[in-house]
Amino acid sequence: MRMRHLLCGAALLALSAGAASAATITIATVNNSDMIRMQKLSPQWEQKTGNKINWVVLEENVLRQRVTTDIATKGGQFDILTIGSYETPIWGKQNWLLPLDDFPASYDYNDIFKGVRDALSTGGKLYAVPFYAESSFTFYRKDEFEKAGLKMPDHPTYDQIAQFADKLTDKAHEKYGICLRGKAGWGENMAFLDTAVNAFGGRWFDMKWNPQLTSPEWKKAVTFYVDLMHRDGPPGATSNGFNENLALFTTGHCAMWIDATVAAGMVYDKSKSQVADVTGFTAAPKEVTDHGNGWFWSWALAVPSSSKNAKAAKDFLAWATSKDYVKTVGETDGWTVAPPGTRQSTYANPEYLKAAPFAETVKNAILSADITHPTKDPVPYTGIQYVAIPEFQAMGTQVGQLISAALAGQMSVDEALKQAQASVKSTMEQAGYIQ
Amino acid sequence: MSTTAVTRLPTPRTRRSRTSGGAVNTLPLVAPSVVLLLIFSLVPLAATLWFSVLRYNLLNPAIHGFAGFANYRFLFADPALLHSLFVSVALVVEVLVITVGLGCILASLFETRFPGRSIARVLMISPFFVMPTVSALIWKNLLMHPVNGFIAWVTRSLGLGVVDFFTDWPLTSVVIIVAWQWLPFAFLILLTALQSLDEETREAANIDGAGPIRTFLFIEVPHMGRAASVVVLMETIFLLGIFAEIYVTTSGGPGIATTNLTFLIYERALLAYNVGGASAAGVIAIILANVLAAFLVRAIGKRLDI
Amino acid sequence: MSARNRTQPIAGTFAWLAALLMFFPIFWMFLASFKTEVEAIATPPELIFTPTLENYRDILQRADYLSFALNSVIVSFGSTVLAVLLAVPAAFGMAFYPTERTRGTLLWMLSTKMLPPVGVLVPIYLFARDVDLLDTRTSLVIIYTLMNLPIVVWMLFTFFKETPKAIIEASRIDGANVSQTIFSVLLPLVLPGIASTALLNIILAWNEAFWSLNLTAHNAAPLTAFIASFSAPEGLFWAKLSAASTMAIAPILVFGWISQRQLVRGLTFGAVK
Repeated sequence: MRMRHLLCGAALLALSAGAASAATITIATVNNSDMIRMQKLSPQWEQKTGNKINWVVLEENVLRQRVTTDIATKGGQFDILTIGSYETPIWGKQNWLLPLDDFPASYDYNDIFKGVRDALSTGGKLYAVPFYAESSFTFYRKDEFEKAGLKMPDHPTYDQIAQFADKLTDKAHEKYGICLRGKAGWGENMAFLDTAVNAFGGRWFDMKWNPQLTSPEWKKAVTFYVDLMHRDGPPGATSNGFNENLALFTTGHCAMWIDATVAAGMVYDKSKSQVADVTGFTAAPKEVTDHGNGWFWSWALAVPSSSKNAKAAKDFLAWATSKDYVKTVGETDGWTVAPPGTRQSTYANPEYLKAAPFAETVKNAILSADITHPTKDPVPYTGIQYVAIPEFQAMGTQVGQLISAALAGQMSVDEALKQAQASVKSTMEQAGYIQ
Repeated sequence: MSTTAVTRLPTPRTRRSRTSGGAVNTLPLVAPSVVLLLIFSLVPLAATLWFSVLRYNLLNPAIHGFAGFANYRFLFADPALLHSLFVSVALVVEVLVITVGLGCILASLFETRFPGRSIARVLMISPFFVMPTVSALIWKNLLMHPVNGFIAWVTRSLGLGVVDFFTDWPLTSVVIIVAWQWLPFAFLILLTALQSLDEETREAANIDGAGPIRTFLFIEVPHMGRAASVVVLMETIFLLGIFAEIYVTTSGGPGIATTNLTFLIYERALLAYNVGGASAAGVIAIILANVLAAFLVRAIGKRLDI
Repeated sequence: MSARNRTQPIAGTFAWLAALLMFFPIFWMFLASFKTEVEAIATPPELIFTPTLENYRDILQRADYLSFALNSVIVSFGSTVLAVLLAVPAAFGMAFYPTERTRGTLLWMLSTKMLPPVGVLVPIYLFARDVDLLDTRTSLVIIYTLMNLPIVVWMLFTFFKETPKAIIEASRIDGANVSQTIFSVLLPLVLPGIASTALLNIILAWNEAFWSLNLTAHNAAPLTAFIASFSAPEGLFWAKLSAASTMAIAPILVFGWISQRQLVRGLTFGAVK
């Protein structure tokens, strides 16, 4: 296969004499199914341009550490990086990434949702182009709700969710009212908890970067989470992340699940899910506010400034995040799996709307997730389920560990938050945010 | 083993190299390995010591300069440090007890003759060939998971309820996985040792009327003593660095229940990219390694007659 | 060899039970690799199912398995050969002509193995970048050689010490020089020891997953990176991961099975008296 493409490329190159010489670019990406699809379709681009791609596909955490080490030491191993909306503004500010505002007019920047563009920009410059974007919302089992005589509202509150969960739990038959993330990590349990804290009116820092983790809002939100999971959650919740909960939900063990919108495509895939026909979805729960109650995340592609093949790399990005790419996926692999959340044109396409019943809800969730105003009270940071500062990864993970300890019953919520507050305060002092 | 038949002659080991036999200069023999290892350990050591007194965060070039002992101060103020040392040691000790204990029993069982012995032996040692990440993933998701796991299914079918391994017994669960990987190693070495037990000793025990259990306890176990020391030494070296199993299953949690020193350093180095802080923790790890090495030298080095 | 002469049915039964129990996780993973993703996590577990090769097909389509496997083979065998070449003279010197420093040297060597690699990632990465060795098999071979050298030296040292000194002395008196002594007299005697040392070293290098993930990208990536490209994506992945794992451990497992007799004979560590 590869050999043939190489030959085709060489032939094309010979034909277009005088064209730029062929380059080999190295792309580091996550092993999620959308990126695998990109890898599968990329020979089209290789044939068109005569360039060649080396793929480095790794699981998310390994990839993040690999790519971060390389870019921070200017190792220059990669020409294209797959990074998230968390890293992009931080790395852009350090000039580690090339600005990506010189794509041809056909790329149509304005077709990309403004919120998504903003999340991937800093100082008015776009540093990564979105491959797909997601928010979070609530999945629920329509059949279970009907059986119990319950009705899911369009904008539920956490109190309502708790009432439903209490009614739908039947531990003897391994039916759990609610499944939520419990595995420690800034991108695992904290992603959910941050949205819950936002909904309960809390925030990470006040305007002077003083941590707020012992505030009544945090206490209320975390206590609510721990109590709910003890009453109605599955066993082993402290090691459940996105995948574990997906497995539980698709095998019919959970009545409700609050998680990433990308899960919709998997829950509705009949070959992989036993609950495809009976699952409904609604907005992420709110409580005292609906600011930041659903998260925002985008997987995006960026070119490190150390790349020696920036031209070819940009050309690939313009292809892989274009309108045409979305169309290609829709036509070859089915519209259900077209990369969601990035372009207005995708949501104007009747074929997509027909194939993906969740499209409208996902779009609304993404449009209403405003990373610049994530909380009820003002904050000095951007990001809903993260704080866009370099220190957050470690800090978020540490707090996540303490909350998972409270979930496991090793310590009280108050104690966990007290320790969390102390550790965050120490980190922020060490990094010089608090004088 | 053939070595048992060898009569140990007076050896030149007590003499100085200069005075022995043909005046061999061992320096050119030993030097390449020693010099390379020195470079490989001293250069990073120097770098670690230097970084540990710097304000150095890879992700934030704005933070720089000399930190003095600030990194150490932050480290020692962190309750996680002491706990991680405890976890490191507990993990090593528990796995050692399990692997050496079971290893002795299994070695004794496999010394008997039974049908299909070599096939059983192959099955027995297979876990050692499995990559740590893979074995952690299998155990976590296919075996120990409280809802979908095989073990939960067995206990539930037997009416025993379900054990929530990684929540209620996090460290024990990690120990089980690690012990599964390292039991074959202990087993192999102990079995090799047991094979050198000569038949006369066994016969004598038999004639004295010792049953299999007495033979095991009073003849075989003492015979495996030196091999067990080897297992302890070798496994300690590898078990101190256990990382993948923790990373995959519990990420050091819940809380910090399974955060050992290696994992703590990982968090500092590759989550925070706080090179200064990670280096300070690294220095602690180096000190721990040397304390343990010194301890092992006293306890085991002598037994092994090095 | 001293296997007890009488067949012992009770001991044999327990031995077989233990062996099956130990092998079960691998067997279960192997089974899961032929299931669909839904079957792999089904409760109660699916014991009877229609096996599918879909997972293997997917994997081969996505990743160039042979290139990963080749890198693993080259890196683990290359580093083993190098380590043994370096270690044989060192172990010989220390075993036959010890000084008062020998013991200290050996234990110092072992203690270098106790340093957590993650602490020195940054300096090593910077160094590899400056000498242009990132993503090369050379860098992995060098690191694995040095990483495992202490173990190799130590194992060989213990084997050499078992060798009767009289033979060495005799050959020296006959006028053989050091390298002649090593190659024509000593090596044949300790070959089983060297073989099992090498085997153990190959296994350790094959399974090493920190440096292999952090120093490679595409060209030098071994099977541990292959695994990392199949573990924990968004979505159900256990069947596919089981298949990828089966492929990643199959070569070393078969290699280990074939050479297990050698391992059993050679792993004495001088502990047999």
